[in-house]
Amino acid sequence: MPSTIETYFDKLERTRVWKSIFRSGKGSSTLHNALAIQQNVFLHLFPTKVRKRMLGLGATWYLGTLTLGTFLVLVVTGILLMLYYHPSVPQAYSDVKDLQFIVSSGLFLRNLHRWAAHAMVFLAFAHMFRVFYRGAYRAPREFNWVVGVVLLLVTLLLSYTGYLLPWDQLAYWAITVGTNISSAVPLVGEKIRFLLLGGHLVNANALLRFYVLHTVILPISAVLFLAIHFWRIRKDGGLYVRESEPGAAAAQPTSEEQKPL
Amino acid sequence: MTPPKDFTAAIGSDMRTSMRRVLFITRRTSPQVKAYDEERVQTFPEVLIRALLAVECMLIALVLMSLFFNAPLEGIANPTNTPNPAKAPWYFLGLQEMLHYFPPVVAGVLIPGLLVIGLIVIPYFDINIEAEGFFLKNRQRRLRLSMIVAGALTIFLGVFDVYVALVPTVLIAGLLLLAAFSSPESTNRFRRYLAQRPISWWIMTWFLFELIVLTAVGTYFRGPGWSWVLPWRS
Repeated sequence: MPSTIETYFDKLERTRVWKSIFRSGKGSSTLHNALAIQQNVFLHLFPTKVRKRMLGLGATWYLGTLTLGTFLVLVVTGILLMLYYHPSVPQAYSDVKDLQFIVSSGLFLRNLHRWAAHAMVFLAFAHMFRVFYRGAYRAPREFNWVVGVVLLLVTLLLSYTGYLLPWDQLAYWAITVGTNISSAVPLVGEKIRFLLLGGHLVNANALLRFYVLHTVILPISAVLFLAIHFWRIRKDGGLYVRESEPGAAAAQPTSEEQKPL
Repeated sequence: MTPPKDFTAAIGSDMRTSMRRVLFITRRTSPQVKAYDEERVQTFPEVLIRALLAVECMLIALVLMSLFFNAPLEGIANPTNTPNPAKAPWYFLGLQEMLHYFPPVVAGVLIPGLLVIGLIVIPYFDINIEAEGFFLKNRQRRLRLSMIVAGALTIFLGVFDVYVALVPTVLIAGLLLLAAFSSPESTNRFRRYLAQRPISWWIMTWFLFELIVLTAVGTYFRGPGWSWVLPWRS
């Protein structure tokens, strides 16, 4: 006998409003499960079916999934942190101090954002090496590898721009060291540095620019490239499988090859 | 009336790889074109639940870490007081370590630039697409070539006193040497493994070793004036 909650949920799913929102309709058949992916604007980036042996921990170590997970954690904690933070000198530093000592759970929020950021950089690198050692970058997945390299760079820049925001000694000098490197670029080095910092020194302008990069430009770039990255997994024939592994089909089929000759 | 041919021919082309496959099917045989029959599961709900679980486990780990370890926060930024050493975030410490040996235009622009370009072009080199062992063909010539490259790198790094980057290079050169004198039928599992590694594997593994060693040295073994310190003797 179904519980009360289940009955209510069942009723809810039959309402006109629910049906108007979710295109896949009600049911748990194979068709409905496939529609739940295919008819959803976010989930349709993914394939409706996945090879069963790609679900084992050994195949991917879930590194890509975990990298996405850290990104989502960072978006949520980042938005919450933005409520307490002004990108101005010296207000930025006292805001972070307030987060540490006054705001409820502010310390936890900042810790979670910081550690998730480190985890994301680490996981993105790990994901890249894992994909390489499995050979999953080969045709027809070349371009998705390139998108992955772009995403790695965006990840590094996201982490790096966020590093300045607390406006403490650690932040200030790490960004000074880093941006000094960009002035070593031949011919345009000084110009690049000026563009990044909005001046010749790391100052209030630099803080504002890094804040805009960190909270607007880079996250939007990351989301765009992530969408391409996921969509290409489906388009390029799903997660890469090795021929030599047990349980593999005779050949590695791409979407074209599945059609009869 | 022409006698029936002994075979039928078909051409399948995969536009993406621009390769052509010619298929000959002899008469009265049934070379079943392998229909795709590997077991698959539905993304909804099975794959999504697993992904969610994986993320959930990681989140628990991150929450625990956030409860027990505080993010660093030092005094307010002071342009007149330079800390010694001033370190970049950990993932850039490999580059900062390079910056210690080479001029900025080399360590800060050339090396990372080449790295990014190198990473991007990896999949577009379709030499050795079957990924067969480096020394399985032209062993003598390839051994000589790889030793010349390793030797040149060793001398180059030695001349510039880059001993930190020298360690992984020498290690990989040693493993290459071992691989050259191992066969894929070796009784030793490790040697069997090495003998089957393609050239791309060697380059990437060298890069990985360098990345780990340089980052670890920059993080733990560098003190005031970028001098060598031991982390357990602070």
